[in-house]
Amino acid sequence: MLRLIARRLALGVLVALTVMTLAFLLTRLSGDLAVSIAGPSATQADVEIVRKAYGLDRPLYVQFFAWVGRAMVGDFGQSYFFKDSVANLIQKRLPITLTLGLVGLSLALVISLPLGILAALRENTWVDRGVTMFTMVGQAVPSFWLALILMIVLGLQLGVLPISGTGTWQHFVMPGIVLAFTAIPALTRLTRSGMIEAMASDYIRTARAKGLSRARIIFKHALRNAAIPVVSIAAVQLGFMLGGSIVIETVFALHGVGYLGWESIAKNDFPVVQAVVLVLAVFYIGLTLLADILNALLDPRLRTG
Amino acid sequence: MSALLDIEGLEVTFGRTAAVRGASFRVERGETHCLVGESGCGKSVSALAVMSLLARGGQRSAKKMRFAGTDLTSLSDREMARIRGNRMAMIFQEPMTSLNPAFTIGSQMAEVMTRHKGGSRAAALDRAAELMARVGITAPGMRLGQFPHQLSGGLRQRVMIAMALMCDPELLIADEPTTALDVTVQAQILRLLAGLKRELGLSILLITHDLGIVARVADHVSVMYAGEVVERAPTAELFRAPQHPYTRGLLSCVPVPGRVQRDRPLGSIPGVVPAVGAGFAGCAFRSRCAHADETCTRAIPRRQAGDAHDYLCRLEPDWAEPQPA
Repeated sequence: MLRLIARRLALGVLVALTVMTLAFLLTRLSGDLAVSIAGPSATQADVEIVRKAYGLDRPLYVQFFAWVGRAMVGDFGQSYFFKDSVANLIQKRLPITLTLGLVGLSLALVISLPLGILAALRENTWVDRGVTMFTMVGQAVPSFWLALILMIVLGLQLGVLPISGTGTWQHFVMPGIVLAFTAIPALTRLTRSGMIEAMASDYIRTARAKGLSRARIIFKHALRNAAIPVVSIAAVQLGFMLGGSIVIETVFALHGVGYLGWESIAKNDFPVVQAVVLVLAVFYIGLTLLADILNALLDPRLRTG
Repeated sequence: MSALLDIEGLEVTFGRTAAVRGASFRVERGETHCLVGESGCGKSVSALAVMSLLARGGQRSAKKMRFAGTDLTSLSDREMARIRGNRMAMIFQEPMTSLNPAFTIGSQMAEVMTRHKGGSRAAALDRAAELMARVGITAPGMRLGQFPHQLSGGLRQRVMIAMALMCDPELLIADEPTTALDVTVQAQILRLLAGLKRELGLSILLITHDLGIVARVADHVSVMYAGEVVERAPTAELFRAPQHPYTRGLLSCVPVPGRVQRDRPLGSIPGVVPAVGAGFAGCAFRSRCAHADETCTRAIPRRQAGDAHDYLCRLEPDWAEPQPA
């Protein structure tokens, strides 16, 4: 178990380094930074001053290692646009994104697990077909559309929820629902197919032959095995939610990390872009590691690997 | 004393296919009763029907289905679950997949006991270790904490047997318990089952297609074909004087030292077990039978060939094979 964790950790560090390299190179590839920072009205002399001031005149590898070295200790430099350090900016935005992601994932699990189990136990009945239909519709609906519909119905017509901002917990309900919808179809279908497979397995026949109660057969013996792929996908989905909630953060004016990254790309605020990419990558790596550990706890066959 | 398990006129259908058609057999207390026949003849389905473990879509009915005086047809699912694993246990053909990969051996064994007999988990684990030793598993204490994937097929089948014995059942149903195992392990498991029957007074309903196993362990045999029990007899009598053409055919397929001649080929039965729909009449074996005539499409009488020996065929008892020309 410890060896497994150590190996996955080492792999995670490698992935993080790769992401750092790519993030750094891609930002440099997008054009002359000094020109874009100095702005359209700047003279050649201004550009040169900017280049010197931001250290962009140094060789690429020197810039890269300087950045990596400082990033290691949590110093991501100054934002070009916001008059603040990148670390501070991210620290302020991160709780919003995390809250949103966790609300989204919790809602997604609370809805998709029971639905998937129900559909599996009622395989090929109208209940099952209804659930399948629901997941297909859920997959087809674009988030921004769902967001707008919710805002109109819940926010404007019924007036039960605020439509934008981050003031109270109510502000996270609607974005949470929309975000959850990006994960519900996949999680429901995985739960359903996992449960169907488990319920048809020999060990469930054994559990029935042992005279165990139906609840114990379903929730202990079958769900434990059906949960293994669900955990992996849920972790990946949460990663997507944290990084990919830009649309939702924009629609609901939630100023999270995704929104920050999007803003910074538009403004050529490269220290922020690099840091956001790195932070999201680290989250992704952490979540994958967490999923691996959870799976090893669920499935003893993985523990020796 | 009445039989431990008394089944009469058992019918199982899956949609329009009739898997079991009026099968009748009795398992006496303390005996090993074999259900024998080719694949697809309804042996396993009969056993699963007795346990109320039929797959979805399986419909069961019976004229009579009594277990130790209890009418099984009248029990609710909940009441049946109280008997399964408790007074009537079952082991399966696939030891590799019959245990849940996610839980330890100990936990899977203990839950049978705590479910049916109550008591503490610790007491159940003690009992599990004791039974594992009884079925020939070394270092049971260590095995309790292991997971199924750490055990070989033979060991897993032993675990299944030990698990089946947790609540001291009266009847053990063993569905091809040795088919998936090596020949040497097969012999060990059969010896183990025979020993358990003797020492614990266990009754065993053993399902097999292997006449060698039947000869070794069975007290009584029911030969099944296309969902019917076509012949029932004490083991020795069945081997000495088989009556049904199907039984004779099966026996001719097995090499017996002294009886098989060097240059004569072993027998075989042409064709496969037909799928039989509801409303089928007459003898289901007639399409593969060398002795079939037009009367075989009508109702077939059950003929008596001895005290506990009967069979389902138009031919008179001890009919003679026509001599090859």
